[in-house]
Amino acid sequence: MRPVIDREQVLHVARLARLHLDEPEVERMAVELSGVLEHVDRIAGLELDQVSPTSHVVELENVLRDDLPAPSLPVAEALANAPDPDRDSFRVPSPQA
Amino acid sequence: MSEGASGWESVIGLEIHVQLQTATKMFCGCELEFGADPNVHTCPVCLGHPGTLPVPNRKAVDYAIQVALALGCRVAPRSIFHRKNYFYPDLPKGYQISQYDIPLGSGGSLADVRIHRVHLEEDAAKLSHVGDTGRIHGSGASLVDFNRGGTPLVEIVTEPDIRSGAEAREWLQLLRTTLRQLGVSDVNMEEGSLRCDANISVRRPGTEPLGTKTELKNMNSFRFIERGIAAEVKRQVGLLEGGGEVMQETLHFDPATGSLTSLRSKEYAHDYRYFPEPDLVPLAPSQAQIEEARERLPELPGARRDRYASELGLAPDDAAQLAFDAELGAFFERAAELAVDADNRAVAGWVTGELVRVSREAGLEHPAATSAGPEAVAGLADLVATKMINRKTGREVLGRLVVEGGDPAAIVEAEGLGAVSADDGMLEAAVERAIAGDPGAAEKVRAGEMKAIGALVGAVMRETQGRADGGEVNRLIREQLGV
Amino acid sequence: MSAAIDLSVLEAAAAVRDGAVEADEYAAAWRAEAAGDELGAYLWRSDGADGARADSGGELAGVPVAVKDIFCVEGMPTTAGSRILDGYLPPYTATAVERLHDAGAGVLGKTNMDEFAMGSSNENSGFAPVLNPWDPERVPGGSSGGSAAAVAGGLAPCAIGTDTGGSIRQPAALCGIVGLKPTYGAISRYGMIAFASSLDQCGPLTRTVADAALLLEVMQGADPRDSTSTGIPGGVGLPGAERLDGLRLGVPRELAGEAEGIEPGVREVFERTLATCEELGAEVAETALPHAEYGISAYYVLAPAEASANLARYDGVRFGLREDSSDLTEMYEHTRAAGFGAEVKRRIMLGTYALSSGYYDAYYGQAQRVRTLIAEDFRSAFDEFDLLLTPTSPTVAFKLGSRASDPLAMYMSDYCTVPMSLAGLPAISIPAGMARPADGGPELPVGLQIAGPAYSESRLLDAAHALESAIGFDGAPGRDRTTVG
Repeated sequence: MRPVIDREQVLHVARLARLHLDEPEVERMAVELSGVLEHVDRIAGLELDQVSPTSHVVELENVLRDDLPAPSLPVAEALANAPDPDRDSFRVPSPQA
Repeated sequence: MSEGASGWESVIGLEIHVQLQTATKMFCGCELEFGADPNVHTCPVCLGHPGTLPVPNRKAVDYAIQVALALGCRVAPRSIFHRKNYFYPDLPKGYQISQYDIPLGSGGSLADVRIHRVHLEEDAAKLSHVGDTGRIHGSGASLVDFNRGGTPLVEIVTEPDIRSGAEAREWLQLLRTTLRQLGVSDVNMEEGSLRCDANISVRRPGTEPLGTKTELKNMNSFRFIERGIAAEVKRQVGLLEGGGEVMQETLHFDPATGSLTSLRSKEYAHDYRYFPEPDLVPLAPSQAQIEEARERLPELPGARRDRYASELGLAPDDAAQLAFDAELGAFFERAAELAVDADNRAVAGWVTGELVRVSREAGLEHPAATSAGPEAVAGLADLVATKMINRKTGREVLGRLVVEGGDPAAIVEAEGLGAVSADDGMLEAAVERAIAGDPGAAEKVRAGEMKAIGALVGAVMRETQGRADGGEVNRLIREQLGV
Repeated sequence: MSAAIDLSVLEAAAAVRDGAVEADEYAAAWRAEAAGDELGAYLWRSDGADGARADSGGELAGVPVAVKDIFCVEGMPTTAGSRILDGYLPPYTATAVERLHDAGAGVLGKTNMDEFAMGSSNENSGFAPVLNPWDPERVPGGSSGGSAAAVAGGLAPCAIGTDTGGSIRQPAALCGIVGLKPTYGAISRYGMIAFASSLDQCGPLTRTVADAALLLEVMQGADPRDSTSTGIPGGVGLPGAERLDGLRLGVPRELAGEAEGIEPGVREVFERTLATCEELGAEVAETALPHAEYGISAYYVLAPAEASANLARYDGVRFGLREDSSDLTEMYEHTRAAGFGAEVKRRIMLGTYALSSGYYDAYYGQAQRVRTLIAEDFRSAFDEFDLLLTPTSPTVAFKLGSRASDPLAMYMSDYCTVPMSLAGLPAISIPAGMARPADGGPELPVGLQIAGPAYSESRLLDAAHALESAIGFDGAPGRDRTTVG
């Protein structure tokens, strides 16, 4: 399986990732990603159905927190880094629909 | 019974989100408070600041296990969290921590509806629209309040076993009662602690493959859910009968107009790119923990129905109706406790019969929440049981109690509504007058035509202004006529 | 006072405690050194209000530490080397830094880094590249390039960085200093801006092995705010070994033998170091990590995949850069396009692709399985050997710009370090000697990597300490080196 990621796929992935790419970037990305994917492809062909995947290297379970309140940030601090604060809320452009 | 009865079967599944009534959020120690000022309950974790990490709430996990057990599910000995990735202003991390292919609970049932899965996740924040702000760029802005973001949620997904909007409503009532009984949520649809979406498709009965399903969202009352589902079923049937096709889409039901609108927007199709949450380790409740949680389960509706029938002697329908409605059941139990002369069945009859009917007619929210409290209903039942008033009077008095409140005995006393009884001789006299006043009917009764007694009873009731006990009148007439 | 800044951290801390060195003067001297930064090592320097508590009696009382700009420190600018966080002031402090504070240390400054820790040369910084103090036309390595350059260049007594695929070890090697990546979970990740959550670890960059041990001991520990943290059971003491008697050292052929692109100079130093090990009483033999060759492939699926999710929060809503628009989607897309550099965009794209519908099993799922195999390879190797040795980096420091046009060539710099990251195992890099680069020029530092089983930091540090003494590397650019004879 030779993965060649084409222009359409690049645009689709860029939309999923909310990244605007200009035209030269789209072309460059297709080439660069294809190059990396070709190398990554070395593992695609391995027969590993019998191997269980590792999602956590550390073997812990049930690490939980008691249901006790901890101090929240004062509102001013919560909004201190906001690019567009509106009194006590974060303002954003409205989502469509 | 399915709507659009002409040869179509509705296939409905529900997806319910329940906010848990813990003290703090799912993954941080911020407190939960409905209606607080914006952004007063936030911290770097629930604001999604760089470098922050989630730590799960022990109580939320316990509550979720209780929900799974109450719904007859198998609790997974090991379940993990997943990231569900998408962009939206109410999602601070750009992903929601949820559970995907290894959920906490699976394979249960509640009444006739099978439960597919139960899992834990965190709620999104609250987005509110402000309309045109008059700013240079502004063609409408939204404000984000992160207080709600991070609230622990249990998601319950049913199999598509529901067959109508009415059934959905009834089943949701039962689910709500169950969750209330568990004490894990205040399950208030108006405040958003109970939310329900429906997946709806139709097919010809007896056929195997399911039709294309649509998703109905944003219905915030049981009534709207019932109507919304009915409307969508009707729409789909109409479409298919007209030779069209049902498109897979998400719809919104507007209860004011009864119309359905598609929520298809500029949003590209969601590819959530689920992968195991690396910042959280698996949940692995032990058998002992699960059994301990099971022992802590309170009496659930099914068990309560059985107890009402076997121990309190209620008829099956009444038992079910009272057991499946938390407030009504509690009301009944209190009234039954207070009643002296009336037995459980009688009290149950007043609650599920007249009380429900009268409060619905008066347009009140719930029969257990009117001005007629359990003491009043118990008192009323006692008055009727001791024949101090007849049933008809009882119904009238209840109608007053529901709207105005008060004490039934006092009302009867004040207005002289007390039954005319056989004891004080007045009733015998009234019966004599009725017989004398309608010799024809009296003859027929003596001759064995018992139907004719109605006229004589009617005459007595008129004279006593409906306050005589019908059974007593009947008995006296027959006694005097010698039949 | 110039004598004081020549002291190791261990020595300086003791001197401050004893009163032989005045804490305020010591800190001021280091601030003066840092102010002379011509390497681009710092993005921000403290003016004195840096949290040091010299009178605390802690193990690091009075010691200033250079902190990679990936650690949130309350009220201090924190950028993760990215323009998308330009101006961001965290409302809280990372646990690792809090522990340094509790031990009496202060933050000397925030060091430059590859943007969001993605890089092996510090050329991906959103602000400016960092120069290698040994040769300003060459890279210091990355992503903790600023921290490494600061320590090697005499701009800080010690530093902390992060290592996801080699980002502490490789720059330490290229700059001729000590760099340690502990067992995954040893140090809390709370407050450490995430790149790849299942791989990221905090660690020290120092001039001596003992200093690294000291910093590690201060920072390690389970943290209730990081549910993947475990600390190191039993803690870490100061290393004392001078010999390696009885130690079985394995050399994985896949990483040290036929490994792609190991420069002749590097190989020569490595072989010489193996001989030194034997002289110190160790048994050295070849071993195998059969699946190590797939390490880069698996890593460059897993790390970008996790990163693509970790970086989704940089959306212009709550903090950082925002490119205004009346359309939400445009706001997101232009904010992220303006704020992220090319390498970050590349990895977000790669990661998003690997997780996307239809590709998950072939890429992400498969990479998770390779990860299991690599971890098993290490377990087998550690049945027979106590520690494993490899060169840290296949090459010495390369020239700025020389790998810019070939991302894959850049990724291959991590060839020897990535497998330990995938398996969550501890590894240290110490300077082993000097070698000429393949493209000619004066000699540059070569690092030796020592790896051990989970939680074997004490043994690791002991072995490193013994070797450090025997090698006698004099770790400062511009001076004569003593090479092992």
